[in-house]
Amino acid sequence: MRARYAITLAIGILSCIVVAYAMDETRTVSVLSFSLRYAVPLILAAMVGIICERSGIINIGIEGQMLMSAFAGFFGAAITGNLILGTMLGVGTGMIMGAFLATGAVAWKMDQIIAGTIINILATGLTSFFYSQGYVLPAITPTLRIPGLADIPLIGPVLFDNGLFTYAAILTALVLWVLLFKTIWGLRTRAVGEMPGSADTSGVNVQRMRFINVTLAGGLAGLAGAYLSIEAASNFDRGMTAGRGFTALAIMIFGAWNPIGALGAALFFGLANGLASQLQADEVIDIPQQFISMLPYVLTIVLLAIVSGRVKPPAAVGKPYEKE
Amino acid sequence: MSVTDPAQTDLGFSDPDPARAGRWSRAQAIAVPVVSVLLAFAIGGVLIWLQGVNPLYAYWVLFQNALGSSEGLLRVMEKSTPLILTGLAVTVGLRTGLFNIGAQGQLLVGAIGAAWAGYNFQLPALIHIPFAIVFGMLCGAAWASIAGALRAYRSVSEVITTIMLNAVAIALVDYLASRPLKEEGQPITRTPLIAETAALPDIGIVPVGFLIALMVAIFFGWFLTRTTQGFRFNTVGMNPSAANYAGIGVRKTIFLAMAVSGALAGMGGAVETLGITGRFEPTFNAGLGFDGITIALLARANPIATIPAALLVGTLRSGAATLQFETGIEPEVVDVILALTLLFVAAPIVSRLLFRKRAQKQTSVSSGWGGA
Repeated sequence: MRARYAITLAIGILSCIVVAYAMDETRTVSVLSFSLRYAVPLILAAMVGIICERSGIINIGIEGQMLMSAFAGFFGAAITGNLILGTMLGVGTGMIMGAFLATGAVAWKMDQIIAGTIINILATGLTSFFYSQGYVLPAITPTLRIPGLADIPLIGPVLFDNGLFTYAAILTALVLWVLLFKTIWGLRTRAVGEMPGSADTSGVNVQRMRFINVTLAGGLAGLAGAYLSIEAASNFDRGMTAGRGFTALAIMIFGAWNPIGALGAALFFGLANGLASQLQADEVIDIPQQFISMLPYVLTIVLLAIVSGRVKPPAAVGKPYEKE
Repeated sequence: MSVTDPAQTDLGFSDPDPARAGRWSRAQAIAVPVVSVLLAFAIGGVLIWLQGVNPLYAYWVLFQNALGSSEGLLRVMEKSTPLILTGLAVTVGLRTGLFNIGAQGQLLVGAIGAAWAGYNFQLPALIHIPFAIVFGMLCGAAWASIAGALRAYRSVSEVITTIMLNAVAIALVDYLASRPLKEEGQPITRTPLIAETAALPDIGIVPVGFLIALMVAIFFGWFLTRTTQGFRFNTVGMNPSAANYAGIGVRKTIFLAMAVSGALAGMGGAVETLGITGRFEPTFNAGLGFDGITIALLARANPIATIPAALLVGTLRSGAATLQFETGIEPEVVDVILALTLLFVAAPIVSRLLFRKRAQKQTSVSSGWGGA
């Protein structure tokens, strides 16, 4: 049922896009590209949420994990003069933050929401304290234009002429779907998140599985953070994640804890914001700037209100596993 | 959602075996926060030392400035006033099993609401001050009620909605202060100055707002432990299914607790506007709501204990600027110290180190995740 709604909605949006493209080529492509870039960190962060919650762990600290990684990524790249090294530093930082959450939530059986909140507050404090101005990136991030595919009208310039992070985000979502639903790792992960007792009985080490998954997911949060500072902004700002980690959780719920669903939800979210800022830039609608900047947050709340109760989270999410 | 494991909803202040557990509980309630704060200061000291400043000197500057003179004390009390109230806001939520991360947004809405009530009316002070405070509280309560209603009646986790409402509130008050409520003929985005009749005075060196905050904290200490409604809040917080079984309207209680929490945060904003800033400007009040989380957890969700916790945070905050002036240390070092304090007090690091197996279960707010 849900899938049918989603497909109908997707077809509707796509036909609107085609009509818009027929009317105004460059503007449509620019709005869509903006939307996709807007969606990149949300896609990655939503995948973090999906991996964690599918394993039974709430990750409210995605925001802080991204912020720390954006910080480490940017300053790493600026100081070493190497974008790849910076990105790897960002991913590594994300994994450390992931391991931090895993330690609190899995090993110490802390309240998971409080553990995540600590990450957020700690990340804000540390990045503000160590922040310093005057650093620049050694180069701008390269874009990869896929020959042949990029020449297709509409689809080409939007999908196949992007920065590397964009491809990485979309690939991550697709690969994660395969991993979750077609591999033994996925089966075990879902079992650990739904019925840890049964998983344990059948020989899965629940605690270890959760610990590893939450740590690895942190790496993706690191990638999202590195994208923000290295590719999107080419800079680090205090608090630059601006609530995206929380929006990603709403996207995860809207996508029913399914990577493909969340990918679609993130793109939809990006499109809504792309449209709003274009409409405002063109002065089609006369809305004060503040209301445009409210949009992603209001949209998050509205999406949650609509979808809650209609989708079911993994059964064991939020509950520390106690061996019987 | 079902809560079968009572330990999971143990908020860390329930005593199953009153005599013995009570003693240990009291010992932990004091020892854990104190050791956590000391540990955080020690690590903060290392950070300061790495910047080439003697940490003992830096801390001396920090506290000397805040506590060494009557102006310093006044500043500490002024800083602590909204912090006590946002700490209480988070506390009331925690006791009811809610994690209100949105005290910041509720405070902003309350602050601008009180500013409007303060400049828009001409009333005798005895009516004007309470009216402006209550109006700020209502604004905060209304703002929190969005999240409260969604949690109570649509099972949407308040953790995400309150955070999102913070961002919406920031944009909203910026809009209000730059358009409809703007002081005319001024380039700065801010509201007009409140009427003199709405301003909260100082009694000697003690701001009246501070006294109000103290009384509110004491009131909630009584309310949460000695009244039927307080009992309902606690029961829903500890075990919603048991509360439901006992005939307590869980949804209504959650909604009400969220509104009360928002009213407290809104009051924090109102008192700040009426007692200190005199008007609303979007750059004021930053971060006060987030300190409320640290304070509430440091106080282990005990209303009376929010007073010393808020005074500590207020002291650090008011000394931070001088610290930068005197030693060149970034004032954000205070953020790091507070975050570390939160880490040590909320993670079972210190309590296990000190009390081993007698360590109490930690505060839990995860029961509302993914639908009640």
